[in-house]
Amino acid sequence: MTSIMVNLIVNGKAVTMSCSPSTTLVQLIREKLQLTGTHVGCDTTQCGACTIHLNGRAVKSCTVLAVQAEGAEITTIEGIASSDELHPMQSSFRECHGLQCGFCTPGMIMSAIDLVNREKDLTEETIREGLKGNICRCTGYHNIVKAVSSAASKMKE
Amino acid sequence: MVEQSTSKSTIGKSVLRKEDKRFITGKGNYTDDINIRGQAYAYFVRSPVAHAHIKSIDVSAAQAAEDVIKVLTGIEVAADGLGALPCGWMVHSKDGSEMKQPFHPVMAGSKVNYVGEPVALVVAETYLAAKNAAELVEVDYDDLDAVVNVLDAQGAPDIYEDVPGNTAFNWELGEREATLEAIDKAPHVTKIRLVNNRLIPNALEPRAAISDYNTGTDELTLYTTSQNPHMVRLVFTAFVQLAPEHKLRIIAPDVGGGFGSKIFIYSEETAISWASMKLGIPIKWTAERSESFLTDAHGRDHVSDAELAMDDDGKFLALHVKTTANMGAYLSLFASAVPTYLYGTLMAGQYKTPNVYVEVDAVYTNTAPVDAYRGAGRPEATYLLERIVESAAREMNLDPVELRRRNFIQPEDFPYQTPVALEYDIGDYEASLAKALDMAGYSEFPARKEEAAARGKLRGIGFSCYIEACGLAPSQMAGSLGAGVGLWESGEVRVNPTGSVTVLTGSHSHGQGHETTFAQLVASKLGISVDDVEVLHGDTGKMDFGMGTYGSRSLSVGGSALSKASDKVIAKGKKIAAHMMKSDADDIDFNDGEFTVRDSNLSKTFQEIAFAAYVPHDYPLDELEPGLSEKAFYDPVNFTYPAGTHICEVEIDPDTGVVEIVKFTAVDDFGTIINPMIVEGQVHGGIAQGIGQALMEACVYDETGQLQTGSYMDYCMPRADDLPNFDVAMTCTPCTHNPVGAKGCGEAGAIGSPPAIINAVTDAIGVMDIDMPATPERVWRAIQEAGRA
Repeated sequence: MTSIMVNLIVNGKAVTMSCSPSTTLVQLIREKLQLTGTHVGCDTTQCGACTIHLNGRAVKSCTVLAVQAEGAEITTIEGIASSDELHPMQSSFRECHGLQCGFCTPGMIMSAIDLVNREKDLTEETIREGLKGNICRCTGYHNIVKAVSSAASKMKE
Repeated sequence: MVEQSTSKSTIGKSVLRKEDKRFITGKGNYTDDINIRGQAYAYFVRSPVAHAHIKSIDVSAAQAAEDVIKVLTGIEVAADGLGALPCGWMVHSKDGSEMKQPFHPVMAGSKVNYVGEPVALVVAETYLAAKNAAELVEVDYDDLDAVVNVLDAQGAPDIYEDVPGNTAFNWELGEREATLEAIDKAPHVTKIRLVNNRLIPNALEPRAAISDYNTGTDELTLYTTSQNPHMVRLVFTAFVQLAPEHKLRIIAPDVGGGFGSKIFIYSEETAISWASMKLGIPIKWTAERSESFLTDAHGRDHVSDAELAMDDDGKFLALHVKTTANMGAYLSLFASAVPTYLYGTLMAGQYKTPNVYVEVDAVYTNTAPVDAYRGAGRPEATYLLERIVESAAREMNLDPVELRRRNFIQPEDFPYQTPVALEYDIGDYEASLAKALDMAGYSEFPARKEEAAARGKLRGIGFSCYIEACGLAPSQMAGSLGAGVGLWESGEVRVNPTGSVTVLTGSHSHGQGHETTFAQLVASKLGISVDDVEVLHGDTGKMDFGMGTYGSRSLSVGGSALSKASDKVIAKGKKIAAHMMKSDADDIDFNDGEFTVRDSNLSKTFQEIAFAAYVPHDYPLDELEPGLSEKAFYDPVNFTYPAGTHICEVEIDPDTGVVEIVKFTAVDDFGTIINPMIVEGQVHGGIAQGIGQALMEACVYDETGQLQTGSYMDYCMPRADDLPNFDVAMTCTPCTHNPVGAKGCGEAGAIGSPPAIINAVTDAIGVMDIDMPATPERVWRAIQEAGRA
């Protein structure tokens, strides 16, 4: 099978990988880069567990081919904390008990960060609307909404 | 806000979860995150038809495909003599005969009985190669008519030669004659027919497994998404007969949700274990979501008729329930217990109904196996009971709250023997109801309804006063009911020489937060910091044994084992302390991590005693072994009985039929609570699944047995914008018979909520019945039929 070289900046580091044309971005992230914090929960782009940031915007990495991301900056859940401090969204999810099994959590956090960055008028309603692309089966979303609201306040400080 | 763990006892404090850091930083370790050097990949060939004889399987093209290592089929499973995937609960029919269960092969070789049943397994160097080669496996099917609908099953042609009428069993519980007679003579009888809709569990992590057979040691290590890894090991040895238990190690690492669906032993992890042993290589398999929809054990799927007899004052006289339960194509591990011991036994509810009689026909269909899903039997019982009670109140023109109150078992009635086998130990149903009514603002509801009507909206309120039997289970009682295993739990408290503690539990956490709750429990017993306790679970190579996590059993049973083990540590510590302080063990007190000689100023810290146990220089070696590590097995003496009241208030747009939950109140009595934050989170999640069942989720097969709801585009999962916030509170009557006082909280939300929601919907639109899920279309049609729009 032909392979193609892909150049990316992943969590701030330049990487060059060879992959097949059919390799999805999430496969590249999980299998080639061994960044297993990004998860796969479905096969129809519905669940959002694979959400990462591509050039600063949240995307579902199961629906992007690796080659489409050529030259892009990719941030995964492993790349949002600084060396000694969690991202406010991470700490808020813990403080508000916004996670249980943890499987949807990385994608949920990546979506929520993007939501806070671009949504001017954050209310419970806009948070719920903004997170509807990410399924959580454990929490009922109640504490996730609280976590995002709390993180939004911290992120504006 | 939550409190940090500063005082020595953290019981009742919302300590932040110890496990969270790895999950929020992407450092979790789920099965699909694990890779073993040299691993091959598996892909399953599955039946595309619901019911057919297999005339032939031709694997030659697949076997010849690039990168394919081996193609194995159900024919080879049979040739190797692998045993059946078992059902662990024997249920007897009314005539005393044993339930009829078809042989459930690891892969089908001669006949397929549901869409998605595995027929062959392709092992290849890459996942893509395995998947592509699977397309080349030629299976020649001789199609048969499919039996799909639960009510059609008993009159349809037999799926299995040895199961006449497609009936696994017809079971009964309670006094038939007395119940029917009471109904006959009663001045008022309310009748109802209900469908409890079939659900697909949908833990967000798809099932996955990696089998690794070591040809040098003959040991098989299996990483798998399991709620009870020791049960996998036991089934592999005792039933499938793959390998002896001491040569099997089953590891369930981080597991991304279960809700029951990961209790059961499935074809896939069994088949790849067998294949790894045959081929001598590690093999990895991860389900695609569409495979999860097709093959994870589904839940619910009952049709019931019930009659509730009352006197003129609304006092319940008798309840008769007749249910047909869909088992799917095979009896899965717990399947037979769900519509029987976890269902019929709950039909007394919170009420003093003197006569209850329950009949259940369990039938086979050409659909995926149906087994325990969050609540398992108890949601079905609660739905039936709380729907019929609400209907009775409307027919009697009584306030539904008042009717319930007239029939409640009162605090002074405990212990209360129900007519359906269970003996409730304790509860205070009025306390939960009163608190919930207050929180829900019930007395102001008429004003809110009027205000909504002025906006053109239909507003309704619905109640559910549920009870569940949790803490599975007293082994001897379970055994007398047909359980094939004991249902105790094991725990080990290993004190390390420097005084930190490693806890091993047979319970398994897949989101419940055991690493925190159990650490709080043990730390509080031992008077040490939560940070000094590490909880390990999910590895048959580490813990003695474990029955696993389901049935809201972890804290009440697993926690009780840890409580007992902690007591043993303290008892031994007292002996060590007595020796060191030249006293008698009976004169040593232990409080807040200090061993003190009573009425003296002599004391030793827990850490000093731990050190002395491992460096036994000043130590009673002639009477005491060194070391400080204790194990306990805890077998409960009764079930636990969490109970509470859920109140749902809805607003419905009559033009669209869209139901909005405007307020949801849950007041639950879970007994002693270790971590309120975690408990509330469990309630939230359960309610969300209950709302899913009531308003959104439905597993649909067409008449040929093809699954119509096989993806998230077709199966409607609750999303953030579908749900409200929840008002959650607790009352507390501690469980009387376990050392923790805990009753269990994992399933209550899913058990209590569906009838409250449907009662609210029917109240709003003024009808007696609507089926779940009450989708906008169904609600709109009901409104049209009621002539209210």
